[in-house]
Amino acid sequence: MKKLQAPLDETTARSLHAGEAVLLSGVIVTARDKAHIRALSKSSSGEKVPELQGATVYHCGPIIRERNGHEAVAAGPTTSARMNMMGPRAVRELGIKGVIGKGGMSKETHDAMQECGCVYLAATGGAAVTLAEGIREVRSRSWEDLGMAESVWELEVKDFGPLVVAMDSHGRSLYEETEARVRERMRLRAEGKL
Amino acid sequence: MIIMPESWEDIVLRLLRAAQTRLPPDVKWALEAAAAWESDPTARSQLGAVLDNSSRAEFLVRPMCQDTGLPVFFVKGEVPPGIEEGIAAGVARATVEIPLRPNAVDPLSREVRGDNIGSGPLVHYRPTDAEYTELSVLPKGAGAENMSRLAMLTPSDGNDAIKDFVTRTVLQAGGRPCPPTMVGVGIGGTADACMALAKEALLSPLDKENPDPRLRSLEEELFVALNSSGLGPMGLGGDTTVLGVRALAASCHTASLPVAVNLNCWAARRASVRVHKDGRVEYTQGAFP
Repeated sequence: MKKLQAPLDETTARSLHAGEAVLLSGVIVTARDKAHIRALSKSSSGEKVPELQGATVYHCGPIIRERNGHEAVAAGPTTSARMNMMGPRAVRELGIKGVIGKGGMSKETHDAMQECGCVYLAATGGAAVTLAEGIREVRSRSWEDLGMAESVWELEVKDFGPLVVAMDSHGRSLYEETEARVRERMRLRAEGKL
Repeated sequence: MIIMPESWEDIVLRLLRAAQTRLPPDVKWALEAAAAWESDPTARSQLGAVLDNSSRAEFLVRPMCQDTGLPVFFVKGEVPPGIEEGIAAGVARATVEIPLRPNAVDPLSREVRGDNIGSGPLVHYRPTDAEYTELSVLPKGAGAENMSRLAMLTPSDGNDAIKDFVTRTVLQAGGRPCPPTMVGVGIGGTADACMALAKEALLSPLDKENPDPRLRSLEEELFVALNSSGLGPMGLGGDTTVLGVRALAASCHTASLPVAVNLNCWAARRASVRVHKDGRVEYTQGAFP
């Protein structure tokens, strides 16, 4: 399993290929629907977005307990497809080189990832405790008004994973390949050949 | 078996803690079996992470998933007065004590309600003449619930149309509902009743056969078809797409054929309790003896 430093830079992102398993150490930040909307509306009006700029973004709404500071109790990935509409702009305007989530993202987002050198890492949906064990410290919280799930949490991680490179910067997507295989098998089944 | 006076609030807290932190035994067996037969390396890593996560969650008594869902309740048998208030109080307490993520929001303003209740708990009632009250909870995560589908099929299209609709629904959902999923199928009733059947089907343990042989054979055919699709855990490819299919049916209008699909993620979270008149309380995450 490859061990990488987060936030990912473009060179590292471009060195990864679909199907590779990786672990991340360093700093990642959570962002879901509302955080994306806010970040892009700031970006539209020419404001800086230091919360997400250049970050490795984790599509996650964690459970955080207040015990000697913030403690991540459970922190698995959420469905990335909900961020599809915002994906291409987030990659192009915020300099994001790594996205962690589940279920994959749109073709348009994947195009932006290829163009800018960004990679999509699949975390196992629901593996919230295993993934939370990789969070060493909840460093800070931004946009608290969005609520626990939608705030931007800055997380220090160590060997965070397992993550799978599911959409690489070379145009390969495990989701697309799986979909094509599913379609083919269903066709064969319908024809009585499988 | 526990014999002690417990309030509905206490009972609901226990149910939610079990459902959130421990896999139902049949679901655990199904996942372990899947990990053993899976041939795809990425799929094996996903199933490995899922099993590792479940044992850590159980050991640490933490929710298996950060999406602790919206709790959906079923009350069967005798419906005691005040049970809905007890459920609401139990959910609010569980939100703080387990803890659960405060998921309930106003649907229009999207304003967060801190207690996971908001406008009232989601409860389905199935009153019978039984001498006990059976209360079950399904904490429904959004990833799986958002993939729910209802079709009002043409009766003359028959069984093939039912199978086709269920198969397409599960495969089009891709990795979003966190496969391998448990598939609940409702057949018949009206549109609303059909969807409730699909949800209730998710309470049926995987190690207990459907008593209706026609539904059983439908479940088996769908199980084989879906697992031969190649969708795999998390939609990343593999041999394990569903852990099981469970169907419930009810009479419907002669001109209707409603079919509903309700999915549960791999954790297939559920817990039930039977409260007897003499104070005996039986908890289970599978079937009652």
